[in-house]
Amino acid sequence: MAIAEPITQIAPDEPKLEEMEIIYQRPEAVAETYTHYCPGCTHGIIHRLVGEVIDELGVRERTIGVSPVGCAVFAYRYFNTDGVEAAHGRAPAMATGIKRAAPDKVVFTYQGDGDLASIGGNEILHACARGENITVIFVNNAVYGMTGGQMAPTTLPGMVTTSSPYGRDVKLQGAPIHITEMLAMMPGVAYAVRRSTHSVAEIRKTKKAIKLAFEAQLKGLGLGLVEVLSTCPTNWRLDPNESLNFIRDNMVPIYPPGDFKVHDELKKRR
Amino acid sequence: MAKELWKGNEALAEAALRAGAEAYFGYPITPQTELLEHMSRRMPKLGLTFLQAESELASINMVYGAATVGARAMTSSSSPGISLMQEGLSYIAASEVPAVVVDIMRGGPGLGNIQPSQGDYFQMVKTAGHGDYHAIVLAPSTIQEAIDLIYDSFELAFKYRTIVTILADGSLGQMMEPVEMPEFKEWPEERPGWALTGAKGREPHTISSLYLGAENLEKLNLRLQKKLAEIKANEVRYETLMTDDAEFLIVAFGTVGRIAQSAVRQARENGVKVGLFRPITLWPFAEEELMAMTRRVRGVLVAEMNAGQMFEDVKAIAQGRIPVQFTGRMGGTIPLPDDILPALDTLIDSVRSRNGNKPEPTRAREVSA
Ligand SMILES: Cc1ncc(C[n+]2csc(CCOP(=O)(O)OP(=O)(O)O)c2C)c(N)n1
Ligand code: SF4
Repeated sequence: MAIAEPITQIAPDEPKLEEMEIIYQRPEAVAETYTHYCPGCTHGIIHRLVGEVIDELGVRERTIGVSPVGCAVFAYRYFNTDGVEAAHGRAPAMATGIKRAAPDKVVFTYQGDGDLASIGGNEILHACARGENITVIFVNNAVYGMTGGQMAPTTLPGMVTTSSPYGRDVKLQGAPIHITEMLAMMPGVAYAVRRSTHSVAEIRKTKKAIKLAFEAQLKGLGLGLVEVLSTCPTNWRLDPNESLNFIRDNMVPIYPPGDFKVHDELKKRR
Repeated sequence: MAKELWKGNEALAEAALRAGAEAYFGYPITPQTELLEHMSRRMPKLGLTFLQAESELASINMVYGAATVGARAMTSSSSPGISLMQEGLSYIAASEVPAVVVDIMRGGPGLGNIQPSQGDYFQMVKTAGHGDYHAIVLAPSTIQEAIDLIYDSFELAFKYRTIVTILADGSLGQMMEPVEMPEFKEWPEERPGWALTGAKGREPHTISSLYLGAENLEKLNLRLQKKLAEIKANEVRYETLMTDDAEFLIVAFGTVGRIAQSAVRQARENGVKVGLFRPITLWPFAEEELMAMTRRVRGVLVAEMNAGQMFEDVKAIAQGRIPVQFTGRMGGTIPLPDDILPALDTLIDSVRSRNGNKPEPTRAREVSA
């Protein structure tokens, strides 16, 4: 989709763009289109990282993405790959059907925390149990973004949301779910790590992790899962910069980035 | 070909394989589990995909996934499991991918029991999930017919990119009958043009049921309705027995349709001119054919293994022109001719009183002294 007249020159005395060396551009695996993500939302960064990895692995033409129900519901439009849109939480089941029926395809799901850790808890649990050869990108923003910021299973203790207006009381509403740590225990899981988007260094680490999660699939090692701490400025009622700080100061202590499971085959590569 | 003795559920499974099933996802539930078990034995040996899912929620979404890559995918279950599949069925219908679903109905509501029932006519025939759509619903009355219907099901599903369901009750799943198994069907290697095969040398294909904006979603709905109208025009199936001179008509489907044959024969022996109308496609329903018949007969009796579900459709078709009455058993009890014939007599009596008590001595059920 063409979105605007292409810019060919930045300023009259600058060289023409086509004469300049390209050092950074949209990955081929990311579609040329507008997204509907809010300003400062890090869903877009995570999309870009997935796109870069798909390009680097050269698998765009055999990749099928599975979108969730959540803010990333239109992810199938934002990747320049084949894609489907699953029912809320069922992406791992749908991905299972796709991968089993077309094992030569590279299949990934992209799911929010409500989608994966709440309504779809059983589907992800059993996809892990079976060791499905799929890659799961799990975006944890501690709220239900799309429906307007309700409490998610990942909401921080004391955190105010539209459905926990007095702050999440762990006695009444339970404690945050550390689903990546839980899933890492399962033999079918080849790779399970948590990363973040709150700084450039963290984003770089996230990309490496996403690459390993895809490589786990390409090597047939089992399920690869990357949980990514992500912002929701709109529902957190914070500006984009404050949101990054919120991850660093409030989310990281509860959800520390780390490697919970790394298959030996993947360790060799690092 | 020589006839072999097959159990209904296993016959359905084997016939589905011969029809070209490539992927099966399911979850155990009585009285259909033998279908899943048969697939678990056969499919790995045939190099096909069998997977026992963690739930019916998952199995239908696995079918959905496999269907998006153009595979001939199917599942089977029984009433409570089908309830769990409603979400997935609705997504499949909206996404217009082909899928085959077998529902071997048991007694409900709730956990109910594992006895045969037709209590899920509403569930399957009316939409099978949220939103405006219908699956093609095929209702066999014998194991041979179940084989023949499922043998056609993938072609129907792919032709219209729709859900095809086989709706039968537990007795059909559990009984054994001598049948003829068809040969394996040949299918082309190539996937249909709409399937997800990877965006190689082409724009990406996407499959979704999300249509933001009322106008967009209405367009999808209009397209679905157009397709349903086409199915209605082409795919109606039904069977009649002794309807040429019939004054009364029994309408029944599936196992009850079969039992009603005996009832019709017995009533005929007693001089009652009664015929049988047995819809084979419950959706699309043979509306016009049944309507034409209701113009000729004096009364209709609907017999079902439920509280009167298809009954509502038959009443709507008869449009109040003639009496339409119902007889049925529930909770896993199969209505027998002894249930149907007295109901037929009641119908005859009410037609008679409506017509001013003209003498009509015939009784469908022989009254023993
Ligand atoms: C069966 C079902 N229940 C509820 C919803 C409503 N719903 C849509 S998105 C969503 C929450 C998504 O939150 P999350 O997965 O955390 O993703 P985010 O929007 O934060 O990226 C809910 C509850 C739905 N679409 N389907
Ligand atoms: S609501 Fe939150 S998660 Fe959704 S796009 Fe906006 S900022 Fe991102």
